[in-house]
Amino acid sequence: MNANRKARTDALWPAIHFTVNGEGRTVNVPPMKRLLDVLREDLHLTGTKEGCGEGECGSCSVRMNDELVNSCLVPVLQAEGSDIQTVEGLALDGELNPLQEAFLHNGGAQCGICTPGMLMAAAQLLAHSPHPSEAEIREGLAGNLCRCTGFIRIFESVAAAAGASESEPTKEPVMEQTHHAR
Amino acid sequence: MRGNAEMHELVAPGSLGAVLDLLAAEPGQWTPIAGGTELMVAFSAGRLNAAKLVNLWGIPDLRTIDVTPQSVGLGAAATFLDLRKHAAINTEFPLLARAASWIGSVANQSRATLGGNLVNGSPAADSSPALLAYDAEIETISVRGRRKVPYSEFHTGYKRNVLASDELLYAIHLPRRFASHRQYLRKVGTRRAMAIAKVALGATALLEQGVIREIRLGAASLAPYPTRLKQTEAALLGQALTRETVPAARRALLAEVQPIDDIRSTAEYRRRVAVNLLEEFLLELRREELRP
Repeated sequence: MNANRKARTDALWPAIHFTVNGEGRTVNVPPMKRLLDVLREDLHLTGTKEGCGEGECGSCSVRMNDELVNSCLVPVLQAEGSDIQTVEGLALDGELNPLQEAFLHNGGAQCGICTPGMLMAAAQLLAHSPHPSEAEIREGLAGNLCRCTGFIRIFESVAAAAGASESEPTKEPVMEQTHHAR
Repeated sequence: MRGNAEMHELVAPGSLGAVLDLLAAEPGQWTPIAGGTELMVAFSAGRLNAAKLVNLWGIPDLRTIDVTPQSVGLGAAATFLDLRKHAAINTEFPLLARAASWIGSVANQSRATLGGNLVNGSPAADSSPALLAYDAEIETISVRGRRKVPYSEFHTGYKRNVLASDELLYAIHLPRRFASHRQYLRKVGTRRAMAIAKVALGATALLEQGVIREIRLGAASLAPYPTRLKQTEAALLGQALTRETVPAARRALLAEVQPIDDIRSTAEYRRRVAVNLLEEFLLELRREELRP
């Protein structure tokens, strides 16, 4: 698309502002465009992957205003004013996040398609429960599917990252574990 | 066929009042969207039948949980994670907290709203059996004002409800009088997580000297919409739990429900499981009653 044509297309759509990985961004796109597609196509942040496109697999997980969301289910207009973290925002100044280190050292990644979503779900979990039990890890990652069947190593990676973290436990309201159908 | 974002209008008037004005100006033209866990799935698949959408996500008046001496009021856009984290829901309405934990995954629970679950109107809705068992009341809002409807009368047919074309679901109210009731909720699905119910039953009951003084039974996937099983309740009300009452209640339930065959299960399986869930609840009640 040449510059003139792009400018004309942009003028059709309202500007939507939000922060991605600490950086203010503005996009002019259809308000119903999926946050996933805006991240990948407009902001060229292709770390976030599309798996199922229907909220079942978690590949497109990002953190939005300190909530874990499937970016395939968020119309970008709903991201107006929000603070978004993608997998590209985990490493800081070239230093891998402890979670990324732990996935590397514990074989937590195989083909890699689920990995960005796994990392973001794990980051959300650790932000609220710095020292999660195994059950909490399993529940925190329950919406993220790995088709290389590497779940155990992924859970171990998250536990290792939690063990390595020096942060003190935060005071979170106690939430009962998922009550499954018996 | 993928959805095309350019084919759908989405506006964010910002305040609840502005949304209601829009719905009143063009009734029936606008589809409200909150967490998007239902509508965006349809959109991605290219089967979203809504040209104009109006945003409810981020409107503070709708994402509330208000505890008063009489009731707990849940804003229609309270998310299932909001419900799970709330102390009063966990202690006084544990069935609802449990149902909330069944909704998909953390990423789904942080976006999916209680109001969305009800307005979507799936016969298998996870929150419905608990709300029916707790005698929930629905509050609607429009520029014409607010009104209240018992939740048991909210659904009027498959994916149909009492909302007028200019109305929004505003809040869900739970009366705070179930502390001493026996409570039961069980969902039978294909697997433990991320699965839609084949059958679910929620129940509350109050016993006095072994006699059922009050009972509510709420069912999912046994009719075209979530329903209270009023005839089965009537068969149990005022009864003691005896060798005769339980089979009579099973017969009443079988006469009352209308499950169907679909991709998730069969009518016959649903009937069998439903009567077994009812019996499990009644036997639990009886065990509690016999306990010294």
